[in-house]
Amino acid sequence: MKILVAVKRVVDYNVKVRVKADNSGVDLANVKMSMNPFCEIAVEEAVRLKEQGVATEIVVVSIGPSTAQEQLRTALALGADRAILVESAEDLTSLAVAKLLKAVVDKEQPQLVILGKQAIDSDNNQTGQMLAALSGYGQGTFASKVDISGDSVAVTREVDGGAQTVSLKLPAIVTTDLRLNEPRYASLPNIMKAKKKPLEVVTADALGVSTAATHSTVKVEAPAARSAGIKVKSVAELVEKLKNEAKVI
Amino acid sequence: MTILVIADYSTDQQDNKVLAPATLNTVAAAAKIGGDIHVLVAGAFVSAVAQAAAKIAGVAKVLVADNAAYTHQLPENVAPLVAALVQEAGAAGYSHILAAATSNGKNILPRVAAQLDVDQISEIISVESADTFKRPIYAGNAIATVQSNAAVKVITVRATGFDPVSAEGGSAAVETVAAAHDVGISSFVGEELAKSDRPELTAAKIVVSGGRGMQNGDNFKHLYALADKLGAAIGASRAAVDAGFVPNDMQVGQTGKIVAPQLYIAVGISGAIQHLAGMKDSKVIVAINKDEEAPIFQVADYGLVADLFEAIPEMAALA
Repeated sequence: MKILVAVKRVVDYNVKVRVKADNSGVDLANVKMSMNPFCEIAVEEAVRLKEQGVATEIVVVSIGPSTAQEQLRTALALGADRAILVESAEDLTSLAVAKLLKAVVDKEQPQLVILGKQAIDSDNNQTGQMLAALSGYGQGTFASKVDISGDSVAVTREVDGGAQTVSLKLPAIVTTDLRLNEPRYASLPNIMKAKKKPLEVVTADALGVSTAATHSTVKVEAPAARSAGIKVKSVAELVEKLKNEAKVI
Repeated sequence: MTILVIADYSTDQQDNKVLAPATLNTVAAAAKIGGDIHVLVAGAFVSAVAQAAAKIAGVAKVLVADNAAYTHQLPENVAPLVAALVQEAGAAGYSHILAAATSNGKNILPRVAAQLDVDQISEIISVESADTFKRPIYAGNAIATVQSNAAVKVITVRATGFDPVSAEGGSAAVETVAAAHDVGISSFVGEELAKSDRPELTAAKIVVSGGRGMQNGDNFKHLYALADKLGAAIGASRAAVDAGFVPNDMQVGQTGKIVAPQLYIAVGISGAIQHLAGMKDSKVIVAINKDEEAPIFQVADYGLVADLFEAIPEMAALA
């Protein structure tokens, strides 16, 4: 079966972002960009399913600027077979991204689509669920285990207070949580081979999808800073302060 | 304006369904927007939840969709129910749909938004006006102000941003919704919920969290002893979870749970950005770490540079 994996180019998770002085957004000039960590887990899961003989082909897709080809090449080096970039310079909402992915799903007809549960820039946690709604497919969000058998997939999900397992008819949508797997690193020979794998570039317009948004960002500010408090010398002093000064115990 | 709040609930140890506390914070956000507040309870055998929802202060009406199709709040079936309620109510109907940013709310609501063809605004922490909201982005390192022009504004609410309304005092009418949307593409198989007598992490007034400095899972017993003394919930940093000390549902941080208790005690936690994102709105933060350079001290109200294996038992004895 064919698996479609969606990946996003985001600011590297080790970068501490700064808000621009004009409050129009965060400053991304000369900042290291990487594949969203949850998307790395999505690629890894697809590669493992292929190694187990469950998947036959892995197509990786990204919606973003032309520089997102770097992240698609990374996915190809990790084991994806071919890549599609839906090129769009604009900042798209999750619904717009889901609509573009739906157009790709219609064309590619995968049995399983794996996405990260959220991107670490917008922190939306929406795209997978929206793609599932638009496609009419079941959704296994925040997955910690994915088990395909026959025409269904059992997804164990990280939920408040524990784990829940649902069974979904294929085709289905899965979004990854942290403990699903530990992504591998790409080897140098595989990075070289990835340069020769097919990477198709299409424009958002060519897919005939409206990406108009129903909301806009008015401003972006730095969060209120929390000032450092005091150092106490002993446990006794700490307990005394918590009881009599902060009055929280 | 009428606001529809989707109630969240969980199953307790006696197998009773109980309204999730985050629903009260979500109703508080709805009250800030202003207008009539309706609460939808969707599930199977949820009459107790509906009764509890009817008592919430400020709620005008409770809609109950009690049907096997909605068991465990399967999003494939609940989303079409919500979308149908909105569409049936028409243009003069619902102006906003709110859900708590719990695992159920985050699972269901984007599916509702896509069915209604509107964008969703995730995890708001404040209401500026009926169409403008603040929400954290980049793990809380920036706060975006977002304005919506959607006909129906679909929003998840971060519970820690709003003080809960009272669970008592309301007397809303309870109305049954007969519609059963069973799409038939998903089913519930089972769940394994951690059984604990301690308060729930996101609702606790005091949280004691352990990090990599705990060294192993067994050492968390020191934190349990302190937590039992204080009536606290137990959390952990991602480092402690990744090292396998404790399960992931204890994780506090950008990728785990967001907490804002009255008192947060960080033990053996260095204070990575992604951990701070999950707890920096706590009222009082205590850090206990033997590394005096640890970044956690920059956000702590009270810092103690000490060996946690000596400090924690001593604190449990004194507290």
